[in-house]
Amino acid sequence: MITPSLIVSALIFVVGTLGVLVRRNAIIMFLCIELQLNAVNLAFVALSRVWGIEAQVFVFFVMTVAAAEAAVGLAIIISIFRHYETVNVDNFNLLKW
Amino acid sequence: MADILFYTFAAVAIGSALGVVMSRNPVGSLLFMVVTLASLAGIFVLLEAHFLAAVQVIVYAGAIMVLFLFVIMLLNLGHEYQRDIKGGVFAVLSFALVGTLAGFLARQLGAGAAAEVMSSAGGRSIDAAVSEFGAVGAIARPLFTTYVVPFEITGILLLVAIVGALVLAKRRVL
Repeated sequence: MITPSLIVSALIFVVGTLGVLVRRNAIIMFLCIELQLNAVNLAFVALSRVWGIEAQVFVFFVMTVAAAEAAVGLAIIISIFRHYETVNVDNFNLLKW
Repeated sequence: MADILFYTFAAVAIGSALGVVMSRNPVGSLLFMVVTLASLAGIFVLLEAHFLAAVQVIVYAGAIMVLFLFVIMLLNLGHEYQRDIKGGVFAVLSFALVGTLAGFLARQLGAGAAAEVMSSAGGRSIDAAVSEFGAVGAIARPLFTTYVVPFEITGILLLVAIVGALVLAKRRVL
């Protein structure tokens, strides 16, 4: 069941990458980043059947970092929304060259 | 039986991951995401990672997704139905990049499957640890011995994230 899990993980990672690239809604882009993190988690859990319990410890750390990232990212989105009245990333052009 | 469950969970996970990307409504995307996380938790159970499956449901599907839903409701984005997928050259470039990534991953996975390096030594050591210390003890033991410094740093990271989120989202802090 390890190789099929790795294939599922790769597919979910690719779908998440596609979402980050093609969507304009900043919150959906964040959701797709979570999707990528979960794909990596699945790969870690599958490979823990080969390498031992350490892989599951790393999944634990990834989850913590994902929670911190979601909290700070959503706070940034709220403060940007207060300024631009939108979450569409095409309108965020203050740092655009 | 386990194989049927695995392929069901895998199909649901990939299908609703596509739903996250395709759905027009942000709330719809979010609910698809919850379905993805739940079926990934099912796959975790099938891979004998029971503690992580529980944490996945409680922390991810329970807490982080509710945070996202809360922000969507707070910013009143729940009734945006127009397409917001990028078009033109950028879309072509993104699909090319994603295709390259998929091809690369498929090649790596094909090489790994051909080599058949997948012994189950780690699986046997995990099963021994679970039967000796229980599902939580098996993961807590390395977490509080070998990886105790990263674990403490994680605590500091969470504190910094709480303070940072508060400073960013509050109107006037000082």
